[in-house]
Amino acid sequence: MTSEAWHAVVVRAARAAGGASRRLGRGHGVAITGKVLTRLSPGSVDALARGRRIVVVSGTNGKSTTARLLRQAWSGQGDVALNDDGANLLSGVGHALLTSDAERVVLEVDELVLPEVLHRTCPELVVLLNLSRDQLDRVGEVSDTRRLWQEALRGTPSCRVVANADDPLLVAAAPPDRTTWVGAGLLWSEDALACPRCSAPLLRRGGEWSCRGCSLARPTSPITRERDAVRIGDRRMPLGLALPGDAAAANATMALAAAQELGVDADDALLRMHEVRHVGGRYATGSLDGREIRLLLMKNPASAASVLSLLAEHRRPVVLVLNAEDADGRDPSWVWDVPFGQLRDRPVVVCGRRAADLSVRLAYADVPHTVARDVTAALSLLPAGPCDVIANYTAFSGVSRRLEC
Amino acid sequence: MLTICHVYPELLGTYGDGGNVEVLRHRMARRGLGAEVIDVHQGDALPRTAGLLVVGGGEDDAQRRVAPLIGELLSPAIADGAVVLAVCAGMQLLGHTVQGSDGNVVEGAGILDVTTARSSRRAVGEVIASSTGLPLGRLTGFVNHGGATTLGSNARPLARVRRGPANHPLNRDEGAVQDRVIGTYLHGPVLARNPELADHLLHLATGEELEPLPDVEVAALRRERLRPQRIWRR
Repeated sequence: MTSEAWHAVVVRAARAAGGASRRLGRGHGVAITGKVLTRLSPGSVDALARGRRIVVVSGTNGKSTTARLLRQAWSGQGDVALNDDGANLLSGVGHALLTSDAERVVLEVDELVLPEVLHRTCPELVVLLNLSRDQLDRVGEVSDTRRLWQEALRGTPSCRVVANADDPLLVAAAPPDRTTWVGAGLLWSEDALACPRCSAPLLRRGGEWSCRGCSLARPTSPITRERDAVRIGDRRMPLGLALPGDAAAANATMALAAAQELGVDADDALLRMHEVRHVGGRYATGSLDGREIRLLLMKNPASAASVLSLLAEHRRPVVLVLNAEDADGRDPSWVWDVPFGQLRDRPVVVCGRRAADLSVRLAYADVPHTVARDVTAALSLLPAGPCDVIANYTAFSGVSRRLEC
Repeated sequence: MLTICHVYPELLGTYGDGGNVEVLRHRMARRGLGAEVIDVHQGDALPRTAGLLVVGGGEDDAQRRVAPLIGELLSPAIADGAVVLAVCAGMQLLGHTVQGSDGNVVEGAGILDVTTARSSRRAVGEVIASSTGLPLGRLTGFVNHGGATTLGSNARPLARVRRGPANHPLNRDEGAVQDRVIGTYLHGPVLARNPELADHLLHLATGEELEPLPDVEVAALRRERLRPQRIWRR
């Protein structure tokens, strides 16, 4: 059988598997379609990507939000495909390419899968957001990921890069001759205190940083975020997002820079990004067990820092849900890197499979709290009125499915 | 006033190990005893008053950076009687030599009589161990390391592993104790999950007999973590 014929067979098999899974009510068929495709013929991804304009988004935090915003910003030029179900491994990429004929494609890609996706899809642009500790038992060391990216980018010389100049790990990884630097800000710098190249201390002054031991320093960025606005050259444009908080503003700045690289006018890109109100349930407000809640994702110290800054705007009661399943990372000790003391001013209930770990963490931060069996029980313990539900990955999906928007 | 030094938090602070410092400070404060925490960064000297040194875990690059510095930094204080808690990479660095992920061997501080080679398989998972030399009962934690650590005759294991990975794939030792230095592979952070170890370190450092504290939340966590069927292994 020729490789073209084999490809056609695999594509048909993958479609059939997805359809069967949907008919049997086993979900949306994303996982099975992608798995059949990439297991039987990983080369199918290469074939499906050929001739299309592909942009890849990766980083520890903000992948889904940035990819979603970028899709919206780019949509003025026509349909844009996106793996918008959080399926960011090779199978999810395969599914997105298979199920849409759109010429333009935005792919959010897991940090460890990025090298293979770069190699297989030859994207015209890759957007690198940030790198920080996440699921050490699965992803491993941050510096290893940085090296992996550096090598992968070296191997795809036609791919342009948009990268965050405020993250020293990215500046060490991205090829300077084809990177557009963006000053998106870094909400969590605890994993970038020492130089990624030589481990000497990094010197920070204002928004600038440089290494005391080698020549690594923050490159100048033609696009820079200033709180809720973006400065492009002499022009300052308010972001005006529907999504709240610094993290979303940083992601929007990255998406805007990427859209400009793709030839989209900045004003048009911003107008379109305003339409995005939530991303896969993140920031969604709705009703759960008859209570009005806002749902927030907190999956590692960096994302926790951005969630806590959102919470500082009011004193709503909080439900914290912590799991430690495979998809969360099996070690929840990262909660000790989160400054929970800020929650002393409001009622707090914790639940989830690792509620006991969180309860000890809060006790040492002097945050009065109650432990509940599950989210429903937790909500019933809180005073009336709107509240925030903050959950890590698997816990978040559980709540998100039940949320009535 | 006890001075607790957090050694190189920017390099050795992987995943919550800073929590150990917070636990120590908090347990002193709850007893009405004074403690100050000082972060010791690269280039800083240890304060003369340093009584308890906490060295956390870190990545390979950070470990290579710290290796030539840490012996000189800590040795005088340890000779003066400072107590040390060294976790994961911190414990490895206090030993004679450490083999990194690239196979290269770096010299450690030589303070703790341990040697770390590279293990063929990464040790990841929940651990339950019974303390051996010290009266600390059962210890619980999460380990994630690629080391194969063996103890010399001057160091004793902190505990014997009942479930989960140990110091070395070929033995059941957990951690290392030598004089006033305690090393462990346990994260969690280890002192949050094992308050008796925290109080033992504080007792060594202050000389005070410490009243037990009502650790309601910790007791619930320990009940859950020490329940055998909850243990996850890879």
